[in-house]
Amino acid sequence: MANDKYETHEYDVIVIGAGGAGLRAAIEASAAGVKTALICKSLLGKAHTVMAEGGIAAALRNVYQEDNWKVHFRDTMRGGKMLNNWRMAQLHAQESPDRVLELEEWGALFDRTQDGRILQRDFGGHRYARLAHVGDRTGLEMIRTLQQHAVHKGIDVYMECNIQRLLKDGERVCGAFGYWRESGKFVTFRSKATVLATGGVGKAWKFTSNSWEYTGDGTTLAAHVGADLIDMEMIQFHPTGMVWPNSVRGILVTEGVRGDGGTLRNSEGKRFMFNYITDYFRAETAETEEEADAWYEDKTNNRRTPDLLPRDEVARAINAEVKAGRGSPHGGVFLDIASRRSAEYIARRLPSMHHQFKELADVDITKEPMEVGPTCHYIMGGVRVEANTAATTVPGLYAAGEVAAGLHGANRLGGNSLSDLLVFGRRAGLYAAQYAQNLEGHSSPDDAQIEQYAQELLAPFNNDGGENPYSVHMALQDCMQNLVGIIRTESELKRAQTEIASLKERLAKVAVEGHRQYNPGWNLALDLESLLMVAEATTIGALERKESRGGHTREDHPGPDPDKYGKINLVLRRKDGEFSLSEEPLPEMPDDLKELFEESK
Amino acid sequence: MASEFTMRVWRGDISGGEFKDYRVEAQEGMVILDVIHTIQATQAPDLAVRWNCKAGKCGSCSAEINGKPRLMCMTRMNLFEPGATITISPIKTFPLLRDLVTDVSFNYEKAKSIPALKLKAKEADGTRRMYQDDVDRVQEFHKCIECFLCQDVCHVIRDHEDNKPGFAGPRSFVRMASLEMHPLDEEDRREFLKVDAGLGYCNITKCCTEVCPEGIHITDNAIIPLKERVVDAYYDPVVWLMDKLTGK
Repeated sequence: MANDKYETHEYDVIVIGAGGAGLRAAIEASAAGVKTALICKSLLGKAHTVMAEGGIAAALRNVYQEDNWKVHFRDTMRGGKMLNNWRMAQLHAQESPDRVLELEEWGALFDRTQDGRILQRDFGGHRYARLAHVGDRTGLEMIRTLQQHAVHKGIDVYMECNIQRLLKDGERVCGAFGYWRESGKFVTFRSKATVLATGGVGKAWKFTSNSWEYTGDGTTLAAHVGADLIDMEMIQFHPTGMVWPNSVRGILVTEGVRGDGGTLRNSEGKRFMFNYITDYFRAETAETEEEADAWYEDKTNNRRTPDLLPRDEVARAINAEVKAGRGSPHGGVFLDIASRRSAEYIARRLPSMHHQFKELADVDITKEPMEVGPTCHYIMGGVRVEANTAATTVPGLYAAGEVAAGLHGANRLGGNSLSDLLVFGRRAGLYAAQYAQNLEGHSSPDDAQIEQYAQELLAPFNNDGGENPYSVHMALQDCMQNLVGIIRTESELKRAQTEIASLKERLAKVAVEGHRQYNPGWNLALDLESLLMVAEATTIGALERKESRGGHTREDHPGPDPDKYGKINLVLRRKDGEFSLSEEPLPEMPDDLKELFEESK
Repeated sequence: MASEFTMRVWRGDISGGEFKDYRVEAQEGMVILDVIHTIQATQAPDLAVRWNCKAGKCGSCSAEINGKPRLMCMTRMNLFEPGATITISPIKTFPLLRDLVTDVSFNYEKAKSIPALKLKAKEADGTRRMYQDDVDRVQEFHKCIECFLCQDVCHVIRDHEDNKPGFAGPRSFVRMASLEMHPLDEEDRREFLKVDAGLGYCNITKCCTEVCPEGIHITDNAIIPLKERVVDAYYDPVVWLMDKLTGK
């Protein structure tokens, strides 16, 4: 039954989100010969991937012959504190080199080695220099390459189109419903398979490296149709965001600064990271400044600098230094590369950082240290997917990239996100296309359901005199920043639950001014529904996980609990507007992979 | 530290509009986009503005600030005298949608028409070899964040709607230069540049270079070398004769 009230498009596969994962999925689906649409809420090429800086992790072995997928796999699992889905981590490590080389075929120009191959740089948690990069603007190179490839392949792109609901035919997802930002008018997409590639959730926090788009749309769309979410408490606070001026607080400072020789210092000038080497990483981490500095040139005879411990470790360390009164004037710590590398080297390797600090903070990073502190950066948790196919637990629905969960476990290593987008974007596109090809008959979304959704989306216009959505958003950001931040505790998490419940009531009464055409107030009111659902899910998970692991640190449960929480995913399912939580065992790693962790403990 | 400003912001759509004044307090370090967000949160929740990263990386928040094309997220408030009136208007070259948001689809349509990369065969060992010296100049073009400020300021199309169909604009020329100078590309785009993209319309006034927030030397490094290639192909008698003889 066609609903001709709203503009309707019909495709085999629709991909929601046009960052690295969405673009790669659409390219793959289209190449498989199915009719494919790419839908994004910003202009094409503006998605969050564009902001990625340091590089793409892939064991290309161009700089270190000793590297291979097994080493990358092991680094990823250990960085994720073993909460990762082992099969995803294996596929990711095995396939990322091919995905990077494929980008080169499509026009990407990475920085080069002396012998003309792709250069690789050091990053936190990676045993060898592994990140293919272009200065510190790797994400821009990647998204532009994929964007241009998709355009030349003639894929239909729907820009500034904001999907708000998934449509179902029985148990199966059969399309999506949303609005055009330009006109505010509604649009329906009917599809045989749907790929979520909507990214993350960072806009629920006050200090974040994330753009306005990161409102948890895909997580919420999936939860609404009954898909499983896992490990929503696992939030990555990137250790180095800008802290001053206040208006730019949270903007990312690439880990590449430390990868290229920068070091963290406290107000006493001390390289404090040596005091924060946990037992878990002691065997592989340098104990002296001499060894740490020598490691940059000689990785065979020296161990990695603690400045490049995984992000969760470094973020906690900075947090502790500031709390102990050894912070920088604006509440961060110092990140110094000026005294360690030449101005020419810094400007060549880190041009965006140089530009960013000069323009926004009046700091010349070739001459003086930066002030940095943790910023909400990434969610490891999200929509549960089957490792090989990227299928969610709902038929016809796939997910890839940050919206999906499993690969990164409790903490993501830098550089593993861009490779994640490529590896699992491709897989999601491939298997979504197969699903569509094998599906018989037509999908038939429920017209009454669509009409109900339309009314829900218009509701904020009917709340005369209600509260402004911006104030609800700011209250949510304060709540999450203060109560569900880097260090958590039961009493604060319970307070967060109460606050989120009251914010939901406030959201129901939010009023918007003006009309539907390009109205950011209205758009935010709708995004807030997703943000609040994500905030709720994260808080439930954070309360339940009574241990500290990766991106989840409990002051009241400071150590890991390997016998209980180290063996389970926390699974959230939504039914009748409520989440239910269950503990489910992690997938069991095969013995030949287990050996990788035993031999080199 | 805080200073007060009057923000004179264009409000309206294709049916008409006007500048409206908003008194706003700017905190230390703020950029124009922060102030626009403050206006949204406190005075005009439906003020339309396009933005994404607020870090100078995505090129979404282009506008004309006191008449100058700039990114709102990279324009600091301390450039202006406290108490000043600052005019913010949408970029002029593209059709207005609402308030500060314009329809930039022109640029995406032009991108579709550009002949794609065509790489030559791989090395015998199955790899691609390119050297840093060779990719340096192309990497400059890849810095483009597609803010379209160069398109906005280009006077071939800024005041001449009728030139738009036959002129691709500086952003497209940067893209074409990146393809033409790719060390492994073997496509020939010279006819496309001359006939379809209207390269000849550009009379190298360098306005585009001046507004580029990424500092790309659009005129000197992209457009002029492209013009030279076209000239070589079309007006060099030796090349002309060779093409005739080889049937190109």
